[in-house]
Amino acid sequence: MTTTPETPQNPLVRLLNMNTSNEVGGRNLPLWRQIMLQILTLIITLEVMFPIMYVVTLSFSSKTTRPSTLQIIPKEFSLIAYQQVLDRPTANPVTFLELLRNSFLLSFGVGAVALLIAVTAAYAFSRFHFKMRQVLMVMVFIPLLMPAVGLSTPLYLLMNGFRIFDCGGSIAFEPFFSCSSSGSLIFNLRDSLLGVGTAMIAGALPFAVWNLKGYLDTIPHELEEAAAIDGASPNQIFFLIVLPLAIPQLAVTFFLGFMGHWQEFALPWLFLTKPGDYTLSMTLYNMTGQYANAIPWNRFAAMAVIVALPVAITYIALQKYITGGLTTGAVKG
Amino acid sequence: MASMEIAGTVSRGAKFRRAALPYLYLVPAFAVMTVITFYPLFYQVIVSFTDFQTKDLRFGLSSPALNFIGFKNYIDILTAGLPVQNFDFFRILIYNFWWALTNVMVHVPAGILIAVLLNVQGLWLKRIYRAVYILPVVVPPLVVATVWRNIFDEQYGAMNQFLTNAAIFFGQTNPVHIRWLTEYTPPIAWLLPTGPLPLAYYAMMIANFWLGWPFMTVVATGALQSIPKDLYEAASIDGASDTQQFWNITVPLLRPAMIPASVYGFTTSFNLFSFVYFMTGGGPARSTEILVTFAYDLVRNLRLFGAAAAFSVFIFFVSLSVFLITNRITRATETYTEA
Repeated sequence: MTTTPETPQNPLVRLLNMNTSNEVGGRNLPLWRQIMLQILTLIITLEVMFPIMYVVTLSFSSKTTRPSTLQIIPKEFSLIAYQQVLDRPTANPVTFLELLRNSFLLSFGVGAVALLIAVTAAYAFSRFHFKMRQVLMVMVFIPLLMPAVGLSTPLYLLMNGFRIFDCGGSIAFEPFFSCSSSGSLIFNLRDSLLGVGTAMIAGALPFAVWNLKGYLDTIPHELEEAAAIDGASPNQIFFLIVLPLAIPQLAVTFFLGFMGHWQEFALPWLFLTKPGDYTLSMTLYNMTGQYANAIPWNRFAAMAVIVALPVAITYIALQKYITGGLTTGAVKG
Repeated sequence: MASMEIAGTVSRGAKFRRAALPYLYLVPAFAVMTVITFYPLFYQVIVSFTDFQTKDLRFGLSSPALNFIGFKNYIDILTAGLPVQNFDFFRILIYNFWWALTNVMVHVPAGILIAVLLNVQGLWLKRIYRAVYILPVVVPPLVVATVWRNIFDEQYGAMNQFLTNAAIFFGQTNPVHIRWLTEYTPPIAWLLPTGPLPLAYYAMMIANFWLGWPFMTVVATGALQSIPKDLYEAASIDGASDTQQFWNITVPLLRPAMIPASVYGFTTSFNLFSFVYFMTGGGPARSTEILVTFAYDLVRNLRLFGAAAAFSVFIFFVSLSVFLITNRITRATETYTEA
């Protein structure tokens, strides 16, 4: 059964032992092949670790300049860059906690609101057969085709129309009322976290509907049929049977929305102008912006690590659920 | 009689309620989408027929300075008539397709080979490698792009330092100073006739390779493990070599998983906004600009809202065609696997 084939082989194929079976013959890897493969995997490990180690090393440096020779193993463990970043990340008068709060508010708000709105729509598309079903489904999913940037111009202009003015004593809410004389601007929806969040929901909502519908399609109908026979109304079926069953996928959908918008950059960078509203990604971009020579590299590296770490850790911890949740959504999508 | 009539109306009412229920469930989503998606899409088309600029922001479409200019924005985009330097719609469009295609063509084979390597029976430390190789998937792309931009920096960037070390190893003493992200002269001039690819393109390919293959490895590993073992057994009894087994069993059975993954990778790379924006910002001289980064530049920096709206309409139709093509490819493979 395990006779070595006589046919001449491509050396690469032979080296990799491209027979992907785990069981055929149960043969042990010859030592020379094991060593060759270990060298290969080590090279790949170096490739993966190179940028990570580079930025981690940089973040532990106490100097703001980069070393003149390549360093990918930390020589010192100074936490001064982290301390400075947490204290005051940029030249703007804004603390790290405020940036963190803004990023968190946006990603949490967008993830939660999109989920809340999407779940009933996903249920309707998954369970009911009604006249306009196909048309409405195409309408909901068409925005998925469009990159978020493609909708940013009209959202920017429309939100910019919602402004509150102080007309010296009275308040005017544009576009419905405006001051008779010139007033001072108090609030512009476009230049606020609320406005950006609303704009971001436009991108998050179709994905949430799609992801939830895919999962609901996999829940067997029998439970609902049994409940209907027992006299449960359609609303009771939805709230008491389907929703509890869908909790894992609700969590995954929320989490994907949260993660996806944790690093949202395009819309906040377009909409927001006040430093107090800035998010972590905007700050990261600011730090590495145009003036490359003036960049405090150790602080930049510390910031990059801080932005990446929570996402990376949560992803690794929940990896099994995420890939599972995504594929059930995708297969039946 | 009367009671029966009442029963009839009740059941008719219940019937109506039953028929209306799905629409009721759709109300929240459609109410929100009407305000923040459908109306803006409609508004976008109107704005695309105007010369909307910063001066019109105060009064919007009722601004006295606003002119309706018909299809001028669309024509300007197609004929490179926008007041923007180094802009050519078709060059950007072709570069965008080329960028996405070349990325997928590198990521998918590399991802499969590494998955096969990790699947070799008896390989030591397999679990550790699997854990390490997942890292690029979990780091936010935006952070990846900033870090790689730093790596490709011409002064003290890690890549030049690495090459300097390598050069010393080969007996060279001069430090390497390659202007990875700013050099305009293309290394291979004939590669893409519509607009030569600058060095920055290759730098971005390297960075995006780091980002891209691990996902393909994850998908390929899953697919590899679901291939029935007895197929290989039967093949080796029949005397098929490892090469033959790879091409005739592994590759065809990976196809159903890898085609959707490739399509996903293609669309992701096609619209890879933050990565491109953070790495080069489309430079040098807009030669690494993709459609989304250019549209963004039109609103964010050039403030040409009318032209940006028209450009977004083009993006919509390009995205639609990409979807229709990729959807066809996926469908075609579906029937292939069933056949």
